[in-house]
Amino acid sequence: METLVFALLNGVIYGLLLFMLSSGLTLIFSMMGVLNFAHASFYMLGAYLAFTIMEGTSFWIALFLAPVLVGLVGMVVERYGLRRVHAQGHVAELLFTFGLAYLIDEVVKIFWGRTAVNYRVPELLDFPLFTLYGAQYPAYRIFILFVAAFMLVALWYLLKKTRAGLIIQAALTHPHMVGSLGHNVPLIFMSVFGVGCALAGLAGVIGGNYFVTDPAMAVQMGPIVFVVVVVGGLGSLEGAFVAAMLIGLLQTSAISINASLADIFGFLGLGPHTEVGEITIASMAPMLPFLLLVLILMIRPRGLMGEREV
Amino acid sequence: MTDMTATYAALEPTRAEKFRQRTVPLILFAVVLLVIPLFNPSRSMVTLLNHMGITIVFALSYNMLLGRAGLLSFGHAVYMGLGGYFAVHVMNWVAEGSGFWGAVPIFSMPAFGFGAGALAGAIIGWPSCRRSGTPFAMISLGVAELVAAAGFMFDSLFGGEMGISADRMGGPEFAGLSLGPVDEVYWFIAFWTFIGVLGTYAFTRTPLGKLSEATRDNPERVEFVGYNPQRVRYLVFIFAGAFAGMAGGMSAVQDEIFTPESLSLIPSGAILIATYVGGIRYFTGPIMGAIVMTYMGSNLSDYTVGWLLYLGLMFVGVVMFLPNGIAGIVYGTADTLRAGRLGEVWQSWLLRLAGLALIATSVITIVEVAFRWSEGYGEVFEPFGLHLGTDNPLTWALGVLPLVLGVVMVMKAAKGESK
Amino acid sequence: MKSTVKAALAAAVSLCAVTAAQAETIKMAFIDPLSGAMASSGEPAYQSFILAAEHINANGGVNGDMIEVVGYDNKVSPKESLVQLQKAIDSGARYILQGNGSSVAAAIIDAVNKHNQRNPGEEVLFFNYAAVTPEFTNEACSFWHFRFDAHTDMKMNGITDWIAARDDIKKVYLIGQDYVHGEAVAHAAETQLAAKRPDIEIVGNELHPLAKVKDFTPYVQKIISSGADAVITGNWGQDMTLLVKASADAGQQIPYLTFYGGSNGAVAALGDGAVDTLYQVSELAANMEGVSPEQNALVEEYKARFPDYDYYYHRAFVALNMFDAAAEKAGSNDPIDVAYALEGLSIEDGYGTATMRAEDHQIQQPLYITTVAHDMTYPVDNTDLGWRLVEGGTISAEAAMEPSTCEMQRPE
Repeated sequence: METLVFALLNGVIYGLLLFMLSSGLTLIFSMMGVLNFAHASFYMLGAYLAFTIMEGTSFWIALFLAPVLVGLVGMVVERYGLRRVHAQGHVAELLFTFGLAYLIDEVVKIFWGRTAVNYRVPELLDFPLFTLYGAQYPAYRIFILFVAAFMLVALWYLLKKTRAGLIIQAALTHPHMVGSLGHNVPLIFMSVFGVGCALAGLAGVIGGNYFVTDPAMAVQMGPIVFVVVVVGGLGSLEGAFVAAMLIGLLQTSAISINASLADIFGFLGLGPHTEVGEITIASMAPMLPFLLLVLILMIRPRGLMGEREV
Repeated sequence: MTDMTATYAALEPTRAEKFRQRTVPLILFAVVLLVIPLFNPSRSMVTLLNHMGITIVFALSYNMLLGRAGLLSFGHAVYMGLGGYFAVHVMNWVAEGSGFWGAVPIFSMPAFGFGAGALAGAIIGWPSCRRSGTPFAMISLGVAELVAAAGFMFDSLFGGEMGISADRMGGPEFAGLSLGPVDEVYWFIAFWTFIGVLGTYAFTRTPLGKLSEATRDNPERVEFVGYNPQRVRYLVFIFAGAFAGMAGGMSAVQDEIFTPESLSLIPSGAILIATYVGGIRYFTGPIMGAIVMTYMGSNLSDYTVGWLLYLGLMFVGVVMFLPNGIAGIVYGTADTLRAGRLGEVWQSWLLRLAGLALIATSVITIVEVAFRWSEGYGEVFEPFGLHLGTDNPLTWALGVLPLVLGVVMVMKAAKGESK
Repeated sequence: MKSTVKAALAAAVSLCAVTAAQAETIKMAFIDPLSGAMASSGEPAYQSFILAAEHINANGGVNGDMIEVVGYDNKVSPKESLVQLQKAIDSGARYILQGNGSSVAAAIIDAVNKHNQRNPGEEVLFFNYAAVTPEFTNEACSFWHFRFDAHTDMKMNGITDWIAARDDIKKVYLIGQDYVHGEAVAHAAETQLAAKRPDIEIVGNELHPLAKVKDFTPYVQKIISSGADAVITGNWGQDMTLLVKASADAGQQIPYLTFYGGSNGAVAALGDGAVDTLYQVSELAANMEGVSPEQNALVEEYKARFPDYDYYYHRAFVALNMFDAAAEKAGSNDPIDVAYALEGLSIEDGYGTATMRAEDHQIQQPLYITTVAHDMTYPVDNTDLGWRLVEGGTISAEAAMEPSTCEMQRPE
């Protein structure tokens, strides 16, 4: 029971954080067909900007200002970088963002140094909310839960219930038609890219002090975000949500399983002291998402809820 | 019908053309490889050359996927790593020297790497090659992460963090080479680099090589003609893995060690960058990319801590403005010269060169000053006796003015050329 | 009066110039990451070596020769390290300094052995200041390799000695990264605890993939459920920081005994959460009482020169001071002479006596268990937190000592 409750709670929060990161990526992909390799770098940028803003002012200002700044950076990147490369096809776009990730990493190191910065949880939220089975539960985690849920609802509302959302959805499938109707499609693209990056920035603001803000955080988060987006189905927000939750829960619950491969496949003659037999499910947990990625792409390349093949 | 055949026959290059375009470059390449030792390069230069040879073969094998078959892989280092690991194990069996292994010369290691790489390609390629495009890229990413993680988990195969080392001086000598000193290893690397270049080039001339390009451009039509694109991709993938494994075998003899990092995303990303910067649309592009990037990777760090930033800038610059890479510049220039059009373009070329030089001045100033500001501990950037601190107005002038001027000049040159 | 001073100054300057012209430089190649994310561990070590060399040079150098430390960026890749090693040797370096990553160290030991065997008369020595895999001074020991840091099992001796003296610790949890180092740490902890305190129960022995875990909360939950009184981990980098951070978030109040708690930025990332939770074992206890004023002056000088980092790589100073002493003792700067003179050499060091054991080239020195506390004389990471020596945290060189299986092959 104890294990189950904790696996659920932690899995959901980790999943929500993953979703915040991947929602921006999947939004950008669904609009522009660009798989943004630098997405996790924008996440890192958000955390660092929040740290700097928080030093001067307060966390609450950083919470709003940092994502906006990251979004602006994203718009500049789209306008002067991606748009140029667009004509050369998707591989060139992907490679552009791949190189961009290198650049952002280096620039962050110039401005904030090579080691972790002291980015704290705001004092207002720095207290244990309740105690569960002997472990305190920090209030900040519940705060993450609320921010993520708020973002989810806001995004859904924006896309499905507003006029801007309608235009975006239309531009997704019929960019030329939308252009003919007098909408500025390049502007829409630029804004969507900016919003996508801002979402990553927001994840950085609230994830940076939950984890650690250092120059390695982008590389750490990068691959897993791709897994979420691809498993969920490229371009599908619902899919990204489901996949993020699935991966969050899968990873946290696998950690609590102590069984080794020998325990499971012992009937096949796998000895408990062989190199393969010694591996426990728990020690494999962080690799499970990648296994899932390969399996999903082989069996169902659309992803869980994707509408088209990636 | 007869007309058509006649036209096709007319399109075929003559023997002389074939010789000039295909055989002469290979002979030239061999001559270069033979001549290099005459210049008496230092040991570190030879070590660098050996690594260049390895990277050339690796980049060519990567371009079989990216350039020829249009398959973007983020995990190509897996095949070089597995091939290399196998070669290292073989070297250790040779050192034990019992039975069959006692008779195997170390010189043949790349052949073992080739086999292991092909096997790895055949096993991993089976699930991954069913898709092309983004799913292929993502599967390669996932597989690379899994294999790299396994590399740290299975110590008996991969030697854990410390990797597995071997001695290249065991086994029977071949061609009088003990392979002890690096200049003897040079001949080993030169031989196998030539084989690698020859092999990958020959591959482009085979029906399979041609089909892989067709599959890249239009898989549906390939299917209509009666070939299975999936199968074409799979076969190409196996060959690419094999040549990568061969590069791994070369690396095993040169460095005498393989560690699990060699399977990770970092070398995979590096070879992607090298190949793309060289130019994926030309056969020789990856060779140029491998030479330039190996040199920069090992030596740029002697001059500046910001070398990663320069590499990143260069890569992004190539992606944005030079999709044909270094080879594109080389061949473009050569074509213009051969066509005798230098008279028309020299002005815009000069303008562009000057503009690029100005941009480079600004970029270098900004980067160097920024790094010193960040972690130079009071050190100041002093090129040509100038004292460029952050409080020096000249720094800011050098950081901004040439940049603006250079961009204007390059844009003007581009406009002039498009007219 | 003024003119006499000037004349004396001029004479002194010219004298210096003359000695400087006669003195040769001893090139030492520092091969470690100096760019990229890992530079945060390479750079402070590089600076430490440079500062150590400056001090030795200011005191007349080594047999009158000056040390020059040259940095070679190896990007933490073993293969790239071999290219840089060749470059270093070609540029005349006969001493190699490296420490970050046992994979690189293994490659360098192997390459140095082969180089010295294939190029007699051009031998190089390898001073390893941080690669702690025990094998390097056991079955894989080499005459050309000297280790100036306590290896895994020795550091674990420090940790287990401290735990053995604490009667309130009954249950210990082991967690580590799933590769050789993590496994070695877990194995050493198990065997040593079984020998020193058989009543202690190992309530968990967990391995997780290297640098792949983002959220350690589930692991911490497991640790809490197991009722552990202390945790031993060999984790480094983010794996260490995130683990301790997750523990602090859960309000857990038990010691996390680490090898690398002192790495740059860890205390900054953890803040108050590290206080009395994060423990480390190392050869350095900057805030200890009874440290000589010279040593404290060195710590202050380092901080003033390199404000981004803190005095951490004390071993760099030990290594170069021992080199200086050995070369002076041998009366030669030749690597073979220095190597023989280093064997069995003892020097008085800022934090105790350091001896280079002859049989395996493993340094023997006291170790200290420290934890994070407020209001320390020498805080770290530009916070107000610093490392405080814990009660019973001084481990003598004899207590930390481990036997060696090394069969040293010495040249004639």
